[in-house]
Parts: sequence; C-alpha cells; structure tokens
Amino acid sequence: MKKLIAVFGLALLLPVAASAVEPDEILADPALEARARGISRQLRCVVCQNQDIDSSNAGVARDLRLLVRERLEAGDTDEQVIAFVTARYGDFVLLKPPFKPETYVLWFAPPALALLALAAGAAVVAGNRKRRRQAALDPEDDARVARIIEDYKREPQS
Amino acid sequence: MVRLLALIPLLIAIVFGAFFLWGLNPDRDPSELPSVLISQPAPAFDLPPVPGAGVPGLAQEDLADNDGAVVVNVFASWCVPCRAEHAVLTRFVDEEGVRLFGINYKDQPEDAVAWLENLGNPYERIGSDLDGRAGIEWGISGVPETFIVGSDGTVLFRYVGPVVGDEAVEEFGIALAQARAVPLQGEGS
Repeated sequence: MKKLIAVFGLALLLPVAASAVEPDEILADPALEARARGISRQLRCVVCQNQDIDSSNAGVARDLRLLVRERLEAGDTDEQVIAFVTARYGDFVLLKPPFKPETYVLWFAPPALALLALAAGAAVVAGNRKRRRQAALDPEDDARVARIIEDYKREPQS
Repeated sequence: MVRLLALIPLLIAIVFGAFFLWGLNPDRDPSELPSVLISQPAPAFDLPPVPGAGVPGLAQEDLADNDGAVVVNVFASWCVPCRAEHAVLTRFVDEEGVRLFGINYKDQPEDAVAWLENLGNPYERIGSDLDGRAGIEWGISGVPETFIVGSDGTVLFRYVGPVVGDEAVEEFGIALAQARAVPLQGEGS
C-alpha cells in the first residue's frame, strides 16, 4: 500500500518536472546543470510572462537558459548570474520580487491588511458584547422575571 | 467622530474606483515592461557586418560619439511586422535625415541581404546578431524593437513592437524630435 501511494505521488510530480530544456543545452557537469536548473526556475520568460525560462519554449527563454549556463561555466555564483540577467531585463525577470523600498508595499500590504481586518473584527465583536451587557435587565426586572417563571412552574398550563 | 467614520466606505470605494479606472484604461498595456536601459549608456556589444549588405557592422563605440540622437532598430527578415515598419523608418531617414543603425537579429545573412535588396537599405550600419546575444544585452523580448540613443551614447527611448500606425509613429516621432532637439552635451549632463 505504501509503495502504491509513493508511486501515485511520484506520478503526480511528473507533469511538474516537464521542462523545455533541450538535450543540447544540458551541461556535462551534473552539479552545474542542477544549479542552472535552479536559477532558470527563478527567472521569468519575458515573452510568455508568468512562465519561468526553464519551462518556456520561447526563443528568448532558450537564449537566457544558454546564457545562464555560460555564466555558470565561466565561474559565476548563482547570485552573480541572476544579477547579470537582472541588469539587462530589470527586476521584472525575477519571479520572486526582491525586498527593497520600492517593493515594501507589495511585501507589507498583505500582513498589514490582515491585521487591519483582525482589528476591525475584534472591534465589532467587542462592541456587540458591550451592547449586550448594557441591554441586560436591572435587578428589579430580574426579580419580576424570576417570579413569573416560578409561577409558571407551579401551575403549568394544561 | 462617528459621523466621520461613516465616510470610510465612501473613501474605500473612491480608492478602488481610481484603481479600476487606471486598470481598465484601454491605452494601458499591461504587458509593457519597463526598460532598465533608459538613461543608461548603450550596452556593450560588438557585431560584425552582415556579409553582402554593403554597410559596416555595429558596436557600442558607434553609438557613443555622434552629432545628435540616432535610432537603433532591431529587425529580421523573418519578422513580418518589420516589413511594415521598414517603410516608416525609411521615411524618417529620407525626410528627416535621421541616422538609422540596425541590429539584424537571428537572421541568415543571405535572407537579410535579399530582404534589404527588395525593400531598400535605410541603415547606415547593420550588425549581424546571429545568436541573439546582443539582443540580450539590449534586453529585447522580441523583434522589432527600436531605441533612440543620444549623442553621448545614452539610451533615451525604447519602443517595443513595430513603429507602425498613426499613434505609434506620432509617439515615436515626438520622442525622436525631443531627443534631437537636445544640443550636444558635455560629460555628466
């Protein structure tokens, strides 16, 4: 059973593994190739936007894949390769936007909005509770209500 | 105070409305990318001439020291819109004396030569970018793309896609007129 689940899980992963890397692009050094694949998955294809260059068949994507491998073979670190591409195509090519003053709104807006929503929710709930407490009867009315209930219990209606 | 709070929904609606107004503007092209090259020096590249085209190749140095703004056009014979754009660029060269340089992007030299013989060659220089590496240096995403480079080699303007049609030609013409109106500038200006 466990094996079956494992096989099923692997089968689900298969389509994800599909990529546009052609055999002639692949580097002889598996370690370098793995790094190239990792970098490619972080870079956006500028033609078919929202696809990384690793899975895009566009001509420019192929050129960029070759460029990434060329830089790696020249001895660049991953960061240097990404900086090289960013210098030519801008932050837009990064699928994960960088963290810097221009993108603070992007990074901080979701948690800030979530906090705002929580605060608003808490305020509404607190307001409701307060109103309910204020709506409570005074002791005199409470006593009357208790008496009525007692009377009702003593002589139940048929 | 409580009365003022009642205005909050209206305020939110206005903010959203302004955002939608901006987002739904038909003139806005959401796929348009900002170019990192604007106000930067033209990238380093050195392209050989297209064999048989009869004009020299193109390199970064050719853009660095000109008498005025020049136009760099990325084109290819296999690119259909380039054919339409060719007429527009030729008119700029013939009628306004624009200096036009070409980057022949991923094109077979013989195809490029045939294309130029057929349509005419408005280009002063043409660099042959067979493997598209110079294209990457320029940050292009496709062909055609057209750049206006200032006399000191600074990239001033980028047009993605063919400069074809009244709107595009007008936009490009205005940018070009502005670039050419700038007198020769010294270092650091």
